[in-house]
Amino acid sequence: MQPQARGKRAFRDGIENAMRLIFTVCGFIAIAFVLLISVYLILSGLPAIKEVGLFDFLLGARWDSTNKTDPAYGILPFILTSIWGTCGAIVIGVPVGILTAVFLARVAPPRLAAVVRPAVDLLAGIPSVVYGLVGMMVLVPSIKDLFDLKAGDSLLAAILVLAVMILPSIVSVSETALKAVPKEYAEGSLALGATSLETDFKVILPAARSGVAASVVLGVGRAIGEAMAILMVAGNAANMPGLFKSVKFLTTAIASEMSYASVGSLQRNALYSIGLVLFVFIMLINILLNKVLKKNKE
Amino acid sequence: MKKIATAALALVLALGLLTACGANSTAPSSSAAAQESSSTPASEPASETEALSGVVNTSGSTSMESVVLALSEAFKELYPDVTVNYSGTGSGAGIEAAQTGTSDIGLSSRELTEEETAAGAVSNVVAKDGVAVIVNPANGVEDLTVEQIADIFSGKITNWSELGGEDMEIAVYGREAGSGTRGAFEEIVGVVDACQLTNEYSSTGDLVGNVAGNENAIGYASLSAVDDTVKAVKVGGVACTEDTIKDGSYAIQRPFVMVTMEGVALSDAAQAFLDFAMSPDAASIIAAAGAVSANG
Repeated sequence: MQPQARGKRAFRDGIENAMRLIFTVCGFIAIAFVLLISVYLILSGLPAIKEVGLFDFLLGARWDSTNKTDPAYGILPFILTSIWGTCGAIVIGVPVGILTAVFLARVAPPRLAAVVRPAVDLLAGIPSVVYGLVGMMVLVPSIKDLFDLKAGDSLLAAILVLAVMILPSIVSVSETALKAVPKEYAEGSLALGATSLETDFKVILPAARSGVAASVVLGVGRAIGEAMAILMVAGNAANMPGLFKSVKFLTTAIASEMSYASVGSLQRNALYSIGLVLFVFIMLINILLNKVLKKNKE
Repeated sequence: MKKIATAALALVLALGLLTACGANSTAPSSSAAAQESSSTPASEPASETEALSGVVNTSGSTSMESVVLALSEAFKELYPDVTVNYSGTGSGAGIEAAQTGTSDIGLSSRELTEEETAAGAVSNVVAKDGVAVIVNPANGVEDLTVEQIADIFSGKITNWSELGGEDMEIAVYGREAGSGTRGAFEEIVGVVDACQLTNEYSSTGDLVGNVAGNENAIGYASLSAVDDTVKAVKVGGVACTEDTIKDGSYAIQRPFVMVTMEGVALSDAAQAFLDFAMSPDAASIIAAAGAVSANG
């Protein structure tokens, strides 16, 4: 009996150690990929910036990468479009998302919440190409008819699609934050004579503000990184942003030209540089998110 | 014990996955073999020149990439020991490569100039590439001249009423920078670097679908991609069909030329590849690659 038990323990320890090793390796794989991608992007993104010049690249207003006589590699239109598109999505998506979160956390009867919550979660699971497809078939023609335009592909269409796409992350993160507010806050507020509406918006929401802020930053990250859905509805001409104009985002500029850019050409290198700019944007947003979350803990 | 059983199950599943992959990887080779056996009877010289080997270097037009790659793939089925290399350097560089002998066969997606033929370059037209100008079926405009098309795409004409259509603004749809179709269209119509596009699409299907969904739109696509959902306009009174492209009456087209040098003998392998490309057998391969065969 005794030796058998010992053997069993040794076996168990062996498994334990092996698993620990596997976990460690898995952890390092993630780090390795982040490092690999960062180094690769920086190495492949810098040559074009060097060749075009940082200011001409970032602040140049004309992108005409395949012009044979006078090519231009200014990505200001893409940067501004990405910023405008993201801001637009936030302006529409955040109020709707936060109100949905308040509804789910505070107002909705449990049975109704049990229907709405999975629906919102499902929204997060829909592939972006499907968003794009619906946008292309439904949204784009409606915008065209509604505003009497020659074509409906526009920044507005992209903003609307993005606003819906960022809803799930805003709703679920905000809801969690709202639910984490101690019950005593609400009880105290109600006991002092505040209505439940006043309690929700003047006590609970401010108490959960850092969690809500984190959800907004998360939404920004999702919106600025999205490519497929807006590739299908934005029109993709390299115009300066305008609500009813066909526009190109940082992401869609890479996605639409990469397949034809020949290896080693300045065009391809410039696309890598756009990737680098996008990467810097996402990094900044992540740093912001970490700051917000840290504040949240304090 | 239960955990060990789970681990074992996971292992078995993983192995199953591996064997499934293995089974998949054998499938293409068998289908390739089937293709080979089906294409061998069509080309009689295969048996006598089975021993051909060597390398055929082709370079030039990037628009011809898909045609040349499709041809070299089919050629490889016939002569497994011959390697056909392709490098996309542009038509001008391809003609020059044929003249200087750096490539066996130069590739040009434009006709040779008089100077080039005077210098001994020989044009072997393998295929023709036609670009159809498409509008929404609801659009009343049926016929445009090349000049009108150029004016539309360069932004000089902005309303369909200027062309005898309804009073609608024109939505000009084009392909993304670098697309072969875009290059061909802009070159033939004469609007290189001058296009004022409303929207850019990154695939032919996307563009055709969007023209089908917008009655203000005009766009262009390879003839093979045009379907019933859009209307190909006549250009200078000539409809865009395979026949009008082949006989040269449809204006927006260009030849795919394999350039050789007069008096310079090709290697056996290169000659066999050129003969294969010019033979009627290659017609279906060229058609599958999106062009109209000139000899089929």
